[in-house]
Amino acid sequence: MYWDERHETMRPEELEALQIRRLRETIERVRHVPFYRDLLAHKGIRTEEIRTLDDVKKLPFTKKQDLRDGYPFGFFAVPLSQVVRIHTTSGTTGKPTVVGYTRGDIDRWSDLIARNLTMIGLTEDDIFQNAVNMGMFTGGLGFHYGAEKVGMTVLPAGTGNTRRQIEMIDDFGVTAIHCTPSYAMHLAEVAEEMGTDLSTLRTGIFGAEPWSETTRDDLEDRLGVTAYDSYGLSELYGPGVAFECPEQDGLHIWHDSYLVEIIDPATGEPLGPGERGELVVTPLVKEAMPLLRYRTGDITMLLEDDCPCGRTRRIARFSGRVDDMLIIRGINVFPSQIEHVLMALPEVGDQFMVYVDRNEHHLDEMTIHVEVKRPYFSGELADLARLQQKIVRTLRESLELRTAVQLVEPGSLPRFEGKARRVVDRRTAV
Amino acid sequence: MAENEFIIRQISVFSENRPGRLAAIAHALEEERVNIYAFSIAEASGFGVVRALVDQPERAHARLSRDGFNVAFTDVIAVRMRDEPGGLYEVAAMLGDAGINIEYSYAYSGPAGAVLILRVDRPEEAINRIRSAGKELLSSAAFH
Repeated sequence: MYWDERHETMRPEELEALQIRRLRETIERVRHVPFYRDLLAHKGIRTEEIRTLDDVKKLPFTKKQDLRDGYPFGFFAVPLSQVVRIHTTSGTTGKPTVVGYTRGDIDRWSDLIARNLTMIGLTEDDIFQNAVNMGMFTGGLGFHYGAEKVGMTVLPAGTGNTRRQIEMIDDFGVTAIHCTPSYAMHLAEVAEEMGTDLSTLRTGIFGAEPWSETTRDDLEDRLGVTAYDSYGLSELYGPGVAFECPEQDGLHIWHDSYLVEIIDPATGEPLGPGERGELVVTPLVKEAMPLLRYRTGDITMLLEDDCPCGRTRRIARFSGRVDDMLIIRGINVFPSQIEHVLMALPEVGDQFMVYVDRNEHHLDEMTIHVEVKRPYFSGELADLARLQQKIVRTLRESLELRTAVQLVEPGSLPRFEGKARRVVDRRTAV
Repeated sequence: MAENEFIIRQISVFSENRPGRLAAIAHALEEERVNIYAFSIAEASGFGVVRALVDQPERAHARLSRDGFNVAFTDVIAVRMRDEPGGLYEVAAMLGDAGINIEYSYAYSGPAGAVLILRVDRPEEAINRIRSAGKELLSSAAFH
């Protein structure tokens, strides 16, 4: 079922024409922001010279730090009188980033979320518990407006008071829930303690944090839902930018509203389908805060094949942040790639550590520590040595890089709560 | 299944190659009052396997597992050797002539004689060969 069939299934030529038109409109809109006006003038970029999608490369990137430097309203392209809402993103360092919305922005943003909810089969017959922070965080009001637009019965539950949340699910017959994957795990635990199987719940929407396929299996099993991955960031409205369809195999990113590029984060060079790199987005319909080529810092890739659901091209589930990227002997390596390889090997545990050193020949050496799972220990040294070689070989095939693998005792690696710090870079500058 | 009485359960413990690991294993066995008859360490890059013949293998397995170690039982055989020059040659040649491969081995020698502990690729055949040559194999009852 489609919310906006025309845009969701647009043919490539038609989509490209729409994107170019909207890109040019966006370039005109950003000229109301001093930062862009000066930058475009300095580079001598005229809107008319943007004729093909390839021309987007002529435009400058926008970084998170640029937005911070514009605190609070420096990136607004309209007068404050036209801004009907402000959200902020949590600033782990320094001031938060401020984002603003016109009435039209709120409408278009809710519409994108309505697309996503309809895509996974939710309708006005669903009862929707929105269990995320309802304040300055975009996830709360974003989903609230989108779900109302679909006509769902919305519970703005917020976070906390988990037992009350579970009572609501059971008493109100909640069919769909939106929360972070970590809160969903907590809900599952408390529901088990309370002895309820949350029988009415069928759909789980999880976002704002990365989560693995293992977590998906776990959540689907424990909550009795089908779990969908939701992606967004405040700078691009908020949630709703990309979303999984019932295939649960990659996320549909809405190309009519977001112009997508994947780049090598180290060089800025464009990467093709199937090549993992940083997602760079030029939002095409934002009014209050238009942006050019925003560096999301999130790692994904364009998927090559078409989705059976008939919607436009997907991106892969996100696999980490650019900040986590390592450059080993000139090759980009993401800890998530290592994680992916290790997860596919039944003999080793979920935890791992990566140590990077520079040897006496000034060459980078990467050593990965993994735990051997108990059932796979035969007692024979030769079997362990074979396992060690197998891991080295599998990593080399995937990373195209020779690594050293160290087998360690089960339970000996650090367990992380919250953000995992699995990489220890001990290289000194050359 | 007469051969089975000569198959002895060796306890094998995965250990990282770093200070204090053997002490941790030995201390756990001491606390459980488990006696070690024979033991050896095999090492590869960064890790090793501690192999031991003990008087209470189940107890040792349970305790070391509880302490978080990777522990497994491995079948070995134990042959009494003449404790004099040529004793080892006699046993090794017997197996070599029969085409039985020794994967690893360790030995102890004390007042009661010398014992060679063997991990071989075909234990039942090895047992038959050794017995028919009139050599003494230790039964598992001698250890456990």
